[in-house]
Amino acid sequence: MAIKQILSPLPGTFYRRPAPDQPLYKNDGDSVTAGDVIGLVEVMKSFNEVKAGQVGKIVRFLVENEDAVMAGQPLAEIDA
Amino acid sequence: MAIKILAPGLSTTVQDLGRPGYYHLGIPLSGGMDRFALRVANLLVGNDEGAAVLEAVFMGPEIEFTADAVVAVTGADMPAKVDGAVQAAWTSFKIKAGQKLSFDFLQKGARAYIAIAGGIDVPVVLGSRSTYTLGALGGHQGRKLQAGDELALGSAVKSVAAGRSLAESLRRAPGAPAELRVLPGLYWHRITDESGRQFFDDTWKVAPEADRIGYRFRGGRPLGFVPRKQPFGAGSDPSNIVDACYPYGSIQVPGGTEPIVLHRDAVSGGGYFMVGTVISADMDLIGQLQPHTPARFVKVDMKGALTARHDRASLLGRVRAALAS
Repeated sequence: MAIKQILSPLPGTFYRRPAPDQPLYKNDGDSVTAGDVIGLVEVMKSFNEVKAGQVGKIVRFLVENEDAVMAGQPLAEIDA
Repeated sequence: MAIKILAPGLSTTVQDLGRPGYYHLGIPLSGGMDRFALRVANLLVGNDEGAAVLEAVFMGPEIEFTADAVVAVTGADMPAKVDGAVQAAWTSFKIKAGQKLSFDFLQKGARAYIAIAGGIDVPVVLGSRSTYTLGALGGHQGRKLQAGDELALGSAVKSVAAGRSLAESLRRAPGAPAELRVLPGLYWHRITDESGRQFFDDTWKVAPEADRIGYRFRGGRPLGFVPRKQPFGAGSDPSNIVDACYPYGSIQVPGGTEPIVLHRDAVSGGGYFMVGTVISADMDLIGQLQPHTPARFVKVDMKGALTARHDRASLLGRVRAALAS
């Protein structure tokens, strides 16, 4: 097992929930599979899903809900 | 000769220098948002400046080449890779049949221009190959590219070597904060003097919604309007006017809160007052602004705007001379 980072593919605004009144996609400590969505990046009026990309356990999120993110910025650490 | 789109990126479109002449009918200019970078990309691969290229925003596509080609990528700093090997930006490079062009994460700027010798050969619609997605016009089937698309290439005008590069001193990118020069417009009298000063004093930030139609900014203080009885035909909000033409570059401020600079895919008219117009010399810079980038509006007069346009034309002249051989 090694700690890996999930990187943002795009610059924009990061959201940890599918909608304001919905629960978080994932919490620190949750197990994920490659296809699991961990958040959304909003840019140019589109919301783009960010997937875990690997099987593992989320160690912690590195950005808050609604934070501005850059392309390539680490969003979460995953024990994969 | 063709290219195959394996992955399209976020929104990759075919663009050339645009489709002027139909704006009065509601069909916008379209074309590359950073036309300087588009021209340079074409010159680097030996194309005419206005050949059709790919504009990739925030995220690059993955493309397979079916024949040998010369390629150059300019604009945003988003490293191009051939079968994984990073290529220099603003520099021509060779790619062989069967090889794949892909991109690293965006590092700086917003839009990369991918020129291929011969140009992208999509049908010319109303004088241009540019894509206007909102109107499903031009480009490849009037839309952004999708995985599986195949695009034909034209024949190269002249053969050029790999390794042709534009000197860094001749490249252009926005500063931090980005400074956008503005000529106050016909409706300037609608806002208070204090608001007029604040508009230029405040630092704004690019809103994530900003796109090819318009670049929205937020974070500055709201505008205060001079009270008036709204004229017949104007909406009830003080930011409304009787419908008027919207110039390319004009800055509308709906509700007085968030300025929107209309860009290449703009709507051509409507009922929002415009505080002024970003000068033509600075429109390319807007195309390279990422969401949340700080930006300031800088007031200029007509003389300043024309001088800036002249400076820009002479920069382009130096670029053409540098890449002439």
